[in-house]
Amino acid sequence: MPNMNMVEAVNSAIDTMLSRDKDVIMFGEDVGYFGGVFRTSDGLQERHGKHRVFDSPLSEGGIAATAFGMGINGLRPVIEIQFADYIFPAYDQIVNEMAKIRHRSGGEFWCPVTIRTPAGGGIRGGHHHSQSPESQFTHTPGLKVVYCSTPYNAKGLLISAIEDNDPVIFFEPKRCYRGPFYGDPHNVPTWSDHPEAEVPESHYKIPLGDARLAIEGDGCTVISWGAMVHVCEQAIKDSGVSCDLIDLQTLVPWDVETVVKSVTKTGRCVIVHEAPKTSGFGAEMAASIQERCFWNLESPIERVTGWDTPFPHTTEWDYMPGPDRVIEAIVRTQEN
Amino acid sequence: MSGEQGADPLYVPDAPHRPGDEADFVEWPWSPGDVGRPEIDCEASETVDLAEGLVRVLGDDNKSSGDWDPKLDPEVLIQGLEHMMRLRIFDDRMMKMQRTGKLSFYMRSFGEEAVAIAQTMALEERDWLFPTYRQPGAQFVRNRDMVSMICHCIGNEMDNVKGRQMPVHYTYKEGRFISVSSPVGTQFSQAVGVALASNYKGLDEVTITWIGDGASAEGDYHYALNFASIFQAPVILNVVNNQWAISTHKNFASKNGNFAVRGIPYGIPSIRVDGNDFLALYSVTSWARDRASKGFGPTHIEVLTYRAGAHSSSDDPSRYRPSDIHNHWPGGDPISRLSEHLKEIGKWSDKQHEELSERIDSEVMTAYKEAVKFGDLANGPYPSSDAIFTEVYEEPPWHLMEQWDEMKRWRDS
Ligand SMILES: Cc1ncc(C[n+]2csc(CCOP(=O)(O)OP(=O)(O)O)c2C)c(N)n1
Ligand SMILES: [Mg+2]
Repeated sequence: MPNMNMVEAVNSAIDTMLSRDKDVIMFGEDVGYFGGVFRTSDGLQERHGKHRVFDSPLSEGGIAATAFGMGINGLRPVIEIQFADYIFPAYDQIVNEMAKIRHRSGGEFWCPVTIRTPAGGGIRGGHHHSQSPESQFTHTPGLKVVYCSTPYNAKGLLISAIEDNDPVIFFEPKRCYRGPFYGDPHNVPTWSDHPEAEVPESHYKIPLGDARLAIEGDGCTVISWGAMVHVCEQAIKDSGVSCDLIDLQTLVPWDVETVVKSVTKTGRCVIVHEAPKTSGFGAEMAASIQERCFWNLESPIERVTGWDTPFPHTTEWDYMPGPDRVIEAIVRTQEN
Repeated sequence: MSGEQGADPLYVPDAPHRPGDEADFVEWPWSPGDVGRPEIDCEASETVDLAEGLVRVLGDDNKSSGDWDPKLDPEVLIQGLEHMMRLRIFDDRMMKMQRTGKLSFYMRSFGEEAVAIAQTMALEERDWLFPTYRQPGAQFVRNRDMVSMICHCIGNEMDNVKGRQMPVHYTYKEGRFISVSSPVGTQFSQAVGVALASNYKGLDEVTITWIGDGASAEGDYHYALNFASIFQAPVILNVVNNQWAISTHKNFASKNGNFAVRGIPYGIPSIRVDGNDFLALYSVTSWARDRASKGFGPTHIEVLTYRAGAHSSSDDPSRYRPSDIHNHWPGGDPISRLSEHLKEIGKWSDKQHEELSERIDSEVMTAYKEAVKFGDLANGPYPSSDAIFTEVYEEPPWHLMEQWDEMKRWRDS
């Protein structure tokens, strides 16, 4: 099986879907001739034609609205928002339009659009190239929200997203495009030799709504998504505590069965995300877990998150949750 | 009957020149003197020829002519030339620093130096500037200290935005240069609000703002035109058409290639101006200022130019356009055009040019050395990470205080 980094895996997913389904088209800013500022659509225009992979005007609202129209008229558009921070001009189209069309039309129309967007920090991008706005979409009924973390799940989840008949927001942790991120900015590994970088060339799917049990243990359940999954992996290794690591993969709908089973087993839980704490998706998870697992919990559910501030530029390592903060939280859950 | 189309299922434009192509720009049909100056209180409909044509002052013979010749004192021209040269040399130095890892990121104004400099020089000091990342040159006109600009770009201890923003996202309130924001286009409609506030306060202040050809596809561009026109805001709305938005050619931003004419149906007098012609830019901008200041409302300007360099330090334009293409731009280079004009009128020489260039070079080097005394990117000192928590709100609420304490515990452990 070929080894792919996350850029190549995303590219391969779109390539696979363009080959299989003539209704799939892809567009966005700089994705056509150039192949995208992160190279995720490199070569796709040449292979599939200018009418299937093309540049769009610089207008996220226009991109989303056009995709909406194409979607309700039988196409299956995959659009790229160049950075998740720039999704907000499209917010109205996504939240009020795409998310509600199936419901508001009594099921007559639906919108099978996939919105891919690089998210998260760790690339010295400052306020506007670092945010992780997943909870601004998980709070919107009608949208599915996916956050990949490895080349393997990037491809399998993206194919599922494209084939899904509902609008899906697909976050790609840009810090992990070329290698996993273990929380140490000076350690820059690539994906080569990583088991999760073995990616089939062919079509395969990871169902939306299924979490991935990345590590198995019994002392604590650590739940995360995106780049933080690797930070958690490092933390678990260094903590000396046997943990389940659940890579949530899909945030809406999330894999309640896997989570409840794990927390019932461990009685302890740490939720880790890069986005700010207040109203972050960790809050939703913590609330749901205590509703379902209260009598099994041995200690309070911990959250390790970004601060409730804008994302900084020069001091981003004092913002991004690192393994140390995760370890402390894991250890604290062991105290009772 | 199926509604299916034939051979060409979807029309998608292309760029005129791709790598390997010859840069065969059509020669400009416009010359200085082609279009006249309208009355200061003119209607939008009286500016159609200005929007469809091109205001030029500097001819191919390096002489200035026509109704739009601002007849500036050569001293002013030399000052403009100096600022443009300063910007280019500064940009080159910063780009070198970026290449050697001394800055995380950089964006040059290469080929577009005249835009912000001529236009800002045409304004009053009290006028508000609402720029994009491509107009840092305005700060030189407003006397910003170069050391402080470099400190921002490095993100060191003296960065006035406290390490919060990427390089080139300057903010300089003293010079009425409003903070640059990454999301493109947002400033354009905000500028209308700034202008209306000046109006409301009864102040003779004009606001100028810029947007790229690419970003003119954002809603903000259209909000700005509509609000400015409805409320007759004293604002100068510039579309800097430098032909590219990263790799996306302006053919994806305008079907007929003309941005200026879009102002007319909004009821805003609209002018297209040669963006590499210092005198034409100066002149059109002072006309627009005069108009705004006299209460006749907004002006919409397309600044026709060419992005000579890469979009940013992260970009490699040789992947999507011929690498020497900027040398073929019919508008030439703004710095050589002004210096050739000054030579033509006997006010400048190669020797003076060289001396000035050397003086600026050492000015920039000195400023750089001074700036790194306050910290460099590799070793710091950086702005304190306390700055993550300050100025999120006027006063940090309890939850930020709590998180701030926690951050300090980690940082200081
Ligand atoms: C809302 C938004 N979308 C996308 C981007 C990414 N981006 C930064 S600059 C740029 C191109 C801008 O082109 P243009 O408006 O023509 O300005 P120029 O860079 O040519 O001066 C893009 C797509 C952004 N900063 N903001
Ligand atoms: Mg442009």
